[in-house]
Amino acid sequence: MRRLFNFHGGVQLRQHKRESTATPVIPAKIPKTLILPLQQNIGNPAIPTVKVGDKVLKRQIIATAAGNVSVPVHAPTSGKVIAIEDYAVPHPSGLKASCIIIATDGMDISRRRESRFLNYQDLSPEQLRELIHQSGIVGLGGAGFPSHLKLATERNRVDTLILNGAECEPYITCDEMLMREQALEIVEGLIIMRHALQAPRCIITIENNKPKALEQIKLAVKHCNVDFIEVVQVPTVYPAGGEKQLIQTVTGKEVPSQGLPIDIGVVCHNVGTAYAIARAVEHGEPLVSRYITVAGSVAKAQVLEVLIGTPVSDLIEQCGGNRKTLSRVIMGGPMMGFALHNVDVPIVKTTNCILVNSTIADVPLPSRRQHALPCIRCGACAQACPVDLLPQQLYWHTRAKEFDKAQDYNLFDCIECGCCDYVCPSHIPLVQYYRYAKNTIWQQDREKKLADVSRERHEFHKLRLEREKQERAERHKKKRQAVSSDTVQDDKKAAIQAAMERARTKREQSDTAPKNIDQLTEQQQKLIAEVDQRREKERSAET
Amino acid sequence: MSLNTPTSPHIHDDTSVTKMMLRVLLALVPAVIAHCWYFGWGLLINISITVTTALICEYGLLLLRQRPVTPFITDGSVLVTAVLLAFCIPPLAPWWLAVLGAGFGVIIGKHLYGGLGYNPFNPAMVGYVMLLISFPKEMTTWLPPHLVQDLNIGLWASLNAVFTGQLPVGFTLDSITAATPLDLVKTQLGLDVTIAETKNANDVFGDFGGIGWEWIGNWIFLGGVWLIYKKVIAWHIPVALLGSLFTISLIFFLMDADHYGSPMFHLFSGAAMLGAFFIATDPVSAATTPKGRIIYGIGIGLLTYIIRVWGGYPDGIGFAVLLMNLAAPTIDHYTQPRVYGHKRS
Amino acid sequence: MLSAIIALAVLAIIFGLALGYAAVRFKVEGDPLVEKIDSLLPQTQCGQCTFPGCRPYAEAIAKGEADINQCPPGGETTIIALADLLGRDPKPLNPENGEEKPKRVAIIDEQVCIGCTLCIQACPVDAILGAAKHMHTVIEQECTGCDLCVPPCPVDCIDMVEIKPTLSTWKWDFPTSLPEDLANLANRIDNTEPAPSHNAHQAPETTAPAKATKAASGGER
Repeated sequence: MRRLFNFHGGVQLRQHKRESTATPVIPAKIPKTLILPLQQNIGNPAIPTVKVGDKVLKRQIIATAAGNVSVPVHAPTSGKVIAIEDYAVPHPSGLKASCIIIATDGMDISRRRESRFLNYQDLSPEQLRELIHQSGIVGLGGAGFPSHLKLATERNRVDTLILNGAECEPYITCDEMLMREQALEIVEGLIIMRHALQAPRCIITIENNKPKALEQIKLAVKHCNVDFIEVVQVPTVYPAGGEKQLIQTVTGKEVPSQGLPIDIGVVCHNVGTAYAIARAVEHGEPLVSRYITVAGSVAKAQVLEVLIGTPVSDLIEQCGGNRKTLSRVIMGGPMMGFALHNVDVPIVKTTNCILVNSTIADVPLPSRRQHALPCIRCGACAQACPVDLLPQQLYWHTRAKEFDKAQDYNLFDCIECGCCDYVCPSHIPLVQYYRYAKNTIWQQDREKKLADVSRERHEFHKLRLEREKQERAERHKKKRQAVSSDTVQDDKKAAIQAAMERARTKREQSDTAPKNIDQLTEQQQKLIAEVDQRREKERSAET
Repeated sequence: MSLNTPTSPHIHDDTSVTKMMLRVLLALVPAVIAHCWYFGWGLLINISITVTTALICEYGLLLLRQRPVTPFITDGSVLVTAVLLAFCIPPLAPWWLAVLGAGFGVIIGKHLYGGLGYNPFNPAMVGYVMLLISFPKEMTTWLPPHLVQDLNIGLWASLNAVFTGQLPVGFTLDSITAATPLDLVKTQLGLDVTIAETKNANDVFGDFGGIGWEWIGNWIFLGGVWLIYKKVIAWHIPVALLGSLFTISLIFFLMDADHYGSPMFHLFSGAAMLGAFFIATDPVSAATTPKGRIIYGIGIGLLTYIIRVWGGYPDGIGFAVLLMNLAAPTIDHYTQPRVYGHKRS
Repeated sequence: MLSAIIALAVLAIIFGLALGYAAVRFKVEGDPLVEKIDSLLPQTQCGQCTFPGCRPYAEAIAKGEADINQCPPGGETTIIALADLLGRDPKPLNPENGEEKPKRVAIIDEQVCIGCTLCIQACPVDAILGAAKHMHTVIEQECTGCDLCVPPCPVDCIDMVEIKPTLSTWKWDFPTSLPEDLANLANRIDNTEPAPSHNAHQAPETTAPAKATKAASGGER
């Protein structure tokens, strides 16, 4: 029995999980349109490989990875590409980003399977990682970091591989249902990941409010008949499923600040990622769908297997929510999810839950009813913080826009879990202040870099003007010098002389007799004679 | 359809400042009842005066400062200040004493600094200390407790005494005033009378504190423990304060029992209990980090004892709290918890 | 009396010598103040502060000839940083110098440009590419939005366009939920009207003319 450790703080929340786990997972209906954002991961967006008008088959690649910190995108079902344009994507800003939009044909025809049924043990860890990379798999726990990069061992040796089945946020049950229905695939995915990492130990963690999932996973581990997997129950408290808190609970070690778990020899993946890896490696299926919980003010709260790119409005409709009476739709859980501006945004690879709140409230999400009061320094936030920060100090300094002092209080160690906000008696939106502070500091850093470049350009601009001025002065000086010295004068004179000679010879050679003098009046003849005389006179004067 | 787009977290614990303050008041109810049983109607009259004054001052100042009135008037913090101040004033003290104390505490001690959440000093203690320094005579004329001398001053007579200064019929000033046990011990020690002799000569002493006072102290203690259970206050300050007061008084008591009061006497006399659970735990002016709170509590305990034994006042809680309020930001700065992922430095 | 004077004088001389020696021996070479001030300024080189560039403004602040609240592109952030550096109180931006506006870049309408190079000469960071009688274009990444190229243009073909936030440059607004931060209380959750402070930063509409070419498309900054 493994000894577990406590992490500081945390809050007890009402779980609300029973509503969506009463029935098995059902597939979501194939929507009329699928919207695939090119960026569904941390890193670079993918590059489209299809054009508007192309027909695509299920699981066909439609966008390639742009480098290593990027993953490809695959068509979730068969259809035709009708647009590649900016469309609203799920993000707190409500901004648009580049998406491939597919009109589905409802036939769901798959591409011919290219890869053979591989025995992954024949692959080297690098080849395995590349296969996972090309299957478009990212961290399905919500972060969206390309999974193949988290299976690399260049930074440090790996001692323990942890599979996160904790799922501590209320309402979210997709991982729980995945463990209940696909336990064997999850464990097989774990074994594949272990092969890539060459880790001696594996731990699957499950919160102790999921007894059925625990049972299934234990059976699956027994079936696989390996001795390096340990199934551990962790206490139900929010945020036990946070990567840093989970690692501390299970191993007692702390991830160094601004570092990664691999720095202490631990790698943590979500159970959904393990399942996706198993499907990709053993069945050649790239990531095109995932389990999602839809809960809240819907007729039937449910976990569905949803195609990536399905509009949220379709899901809400399928679960019996009324589009016309929506007041708030949250993508994610009630503690860390963000409110959507628009219900037509698509589900992306990192979506795990849709929470619906209706104006005709039957099961409303409890919401903050009060206005915020000033901070009374009660310290409840510091007691609740799982990272043992002082949220009240961060709040004071952020409000005063003293970002340096906020960083002194370790602002960037905040995991934005929301525990401090949840317990604050003054109902201050604490996490919002920290998000604002972090964003502002990043923006200031960006602007500082740009300002430094601008300063350099300006310095060079001044330098260039100086230089040009000097060069002009040099040229003027040379010219003046040329004018004042004698040799130059003589040379000049000779040049003038030569020019005059040339002109004269040209004149003498050419026919200088006037033309059209056949019918001249007497007066005209007289004028011509006078001009001729004058010319003779001058010519003789010249010579 | 325009969707609401508030930010996460979207759920909140069922807590509020008003709830906290009401719970504090609830925890004081048994103590108020006990106080009235021993000392008559005076406390209730004082509470009414201080509460009224405090609410009027708060309302007036919120308007003056152009702040929204409803959220601040209903947060209950000014009620707690008023009730705590009423506890510190003698029961039949003249009405203007209560008015001055409450007004000064709310205006100067709280709103001048910015209102709720911004005051560096405990407003009730600011009012109390101002009264103590400015009106020492009125502030030290306490009543003898019920079991010692059955005064039976009715409500009408009490109101009369408070508002007009007219003593109840048949009573003289001498017959209805008495020093608190702490005061008595201090003056007698100054006259070189040992504590044991003082105890024998006067019957104001009960089992471990003054008669009446020890029972009020008990109820305050129980109320405080209930507050800790309900997580309205943290255990650090009361335990540290009482612990340090107990320890230092024990040391001196063991050295010389004749001239130093016993630890139980110190814990249950004066405003030690009230201070430990209700006054020092005022969140705005106290330290906020766990280690910081312990240091803060120890500081108050030690300072209280020092002022009581060697200082010029019989009870040191008011000054001790204000002095430690001064130190609270520094204490917080040096007792920051070690953050996850950082080395233990 | 005399002995007292002599004693004090001797003490003064001793301490004076000691301090003088310490001033020389333990002198700390630090950044000159002007460099420090200049590193806090946004380097827009726009001249709205009434000085011909950021460096002259920094020098003026160091000499005490200018106040710290004269820089509109720097805005509140710069004022607070300068106040912090110089140990003064921050104050609001001086409205005589301008107002804090979102970042803008210049865009040349190539249909109208006549190739006169007046804007190239005006740009303090050489962000305009071009030559006499050749097309001019603004290098968007280098443009600081200083507005100096707009007045010299004889055909008025330069527009200042706000940069639209992208997913990677968008940021949250300052949360204004406390009663004392709001002029009038804005209800937050239970209204159907979304509260302004929590709404996303709405991407501002571009004011570029319809004939703008590819160079005019809003991009990352």
